[in-house]
Amino acid sequence: MSIPKFTILESAAVLMPAQNIDTDQIIPARFLKTTSREGFGENLFYDWRYNNNGEPIKEFVLNTPQGRGTILVAGHNFGCGSSREHAAWALADYGFRAVVSSFFADIFRNNALNNGVLPVQVSEQFLQQIFKNSALNTNKKELNNNLNTNNSLINNPILKIDLMKKEILNVATGQKENFEINSYKQECLIKGQDDIDYLISNLDEIEKYEQYKTSY
Amino acid sequence: MAKTIFDKIWDSHIVKNIPEGPSILYIDRHFIHEVTSPQAFSGLEKRGRKVLRPKQTFATCDHNVPTLNQDKPIEEPTSRIPIEKLAQNTRKHKIKYFPLGHPSNGVVHIIGPELGITQCGMTIVCGDSHTSTHGALGNIAFGIGTSEVEMVLATQTLLQSKPLQMLIEVNGKLQKGVCAKDLILHIISKMGTSGGTGYFIEFAGSTIENLSMEERMTVCNMSIEMGARGGLIAPDKKTFDYLEGLFYSPKKEEWDRSVKKWSELKSDLGAKHHAAYCFNACEIEPMVTYGTNPGMGIPVTSKIPLSLTDNDSPINKSSTKKSSKIEQSNNETPSYIKALKYMGFMPGMPIAGLSIDYVFLGSCTNGRIEDFRAFASIVQGRKKDPNIIAWLVPGSKKVEKEIEEEGIGHILREAGFEIRQPGCSACLGMNEDKIPANKYAVSTSNRNFEGRQGPGARTILAGPLIAAVAAITGKINDPREFLP
Ligand code: SF4
Repeated sequence: MSIPKFTILESAAVLMPAQNIDTDQIIPARFLKTTSREGFGENLFYDWRYNNNGEPIKEFVLNTPQGRGTILVAGHNFGCGSSREHAAWALADYGFRAVVSSFFADIFRNNALNNGVLPVQVSEQFLQQIFKNSALNTNKKELNNNLNTNNSLINNPILKIDLMKKEILNVATGQKENFEINSYKQECLIKGQDDIDYLISNLDEIEKYEQYKTSY
Repeated sequence: MAKTIFDKIWDSHIVKNIPEGPSILYIDRHFIHEVTSPQAFSGLEKRGRKVLRPKQTFATCDHNVPTLNQDKPIEEPTSRIPIEKLAQNTRKHKIKYFPLGHPSNGVVHIIGPELGITQCGMTIVCGDSHTSTHGALGNIAFGIGTSEVEMVLATQTLLQSKPLQMLIEVNGKLQKGVCAKDLILHIISKMGTSGGTGYFIEFAGSTIENLSMEERMTVCNMSIEMGARGGLIAPDKKTFDYLEGLFYSPKKEEWDRSVKKWSELKSDLGAKHHAAYCFNACEIEPMVTYGTNPGMGIPVTSKIPLSLTDNDSPINKSSTKKSSKIEQSNNETPSYIKALKYMGFMPGMPIAGLSIDYVFLGSCTNGRIEDFRAFASIVQGRKKDPNIIAWLVPGSKKVEKEIEEEGIGHILREAGFEIRQPGCSACLGMNEDKIPANKYAVSTSNRNFEGRQGPGARTILAGPLIAAVAAITGKINDPREFLP
């Protein structure tokens, strides 16, 4: 089996400045009951996205034109809490290929990588710059609306992620930053290979270990 | 070279190190349950693989299960189907399964230690973040995602990078009426919810040594609520006494050999942790949370802080990294206001005296026999507040049985309580046990995230003593005024 290949990704950023977004928010427990990996995207951020009657909450970013894009940008400590991989499946199923934050919870980071969703950890300053950009754009939008002019200028900041160079670019500001990923994982994502195949190819060594298990 | 207990266990489980990459880590014990395993089994089948070591995986159903009428078929199909799948998958792959009603069934992190499946010096994983609980017996135990469940089924290994290590030392005597839950809520409130991210924590010090095994499990259970990969405590005589004679524990000569080996599991003198913090047990008070993450905790006697910075930090002994709570505090303000709004609280208001609607005693944090003993010690001779809905949910069939054998069941029923059947229940509200929107619940579980116990539910985390006081008075109160 394989995961989608990842090389260069350029997209408008979908912004969620909240901090400590936990996996219970990304996908609430009551949607974990299906036994397949598909279809979780429709319930992504359900309790923030829909009201008690199941109607979309207009202001929530995924329900706005700014909710389109394949890069999610979120506040510090994204993906904390429950280990549910359903959170990564829901993000992937919705169409996100990367999440940018100043900090990721450990288990989420692994789960995302195992599903071809790239967690890009940037500095707090780089992150805040992205959010600030969008605030500028929003002001521009109001201006445009008032002048009743062409709306095509109005967009969230475009980000470009280059996995080969381990680099993220904020296209509007030209600001660049390198991010960390170990070379093993980098190669897996570029080739679209997953860990299980790699581990299976090591079964001989695993059996050898079992025979000669060392003590402490 | 001087090694920490973590180094000793980690190093002895390395199959292979990948240059500039993670390591292949051998896994001794693997627990599975109905929610995070079905996709792993289907993945395995798609690849045409078998389970490599079926004897090292153990299965229970707990997340979805009803806590009443467990002898009857589960009506709700979305709850029933994952459990049926687990039964099929475990049968097919010859994995030991403790189904609903089985005398060993219960919440996965309660039954592991209870049956002696969890021992010492092991690597233990489960598709549930609170796997850290098993660290209380001196193990590297951590939660994994479903792809990783599939890796363990197929190869009995995982790809892992070695985490950094943190030492949290707690010394001194806990005040009367202060329990292990208060201790860990206090630590998390000082460290913040990401203060431990990237680290594996070793808990040590005289306070930790004096905790019972059950209390140590409560502490390790919640270590992940500060972002840590897991927490562990060096095993000692208490650990060995706990394990001796349990169903899956080694027997006779093998037991002696094991204890000898396990006795080496301590951090050597001079072994290095990457960060170290020190806490004083005498300063810890009964704790409650007031916000929407477990780091937002305060003494039950105090007021809701005016801001997140309104909190002093732990004593930092030797740290390469500052507590991220301190770093982050400036831009946490919007989240802070959002949390208080969700909870219906105002900054500066006292938490004691707040009226409560629901009480939940249970979960892998506080669903063990000692928690029921503590709850009953306050309830004895008093009556349940008629306005409170109380869900008392034993963590396992074994706990359920002990409750009756020790006469606790009688005390609780006399006071007007009902005891439900084992499961995760309101800890995550996947079954019918959901707290309705805007209702306040005092919960002995581990997470107070928005909607964790049901959409709109307002969760206040606390230990079993505060839960008992809430159940009889209908309010949050200092449990020290109610001690027997
Ligand atoms: S009781 Fe709660 S935390 Fe523990 S295993 Fe169940 S759902 Fe997870």
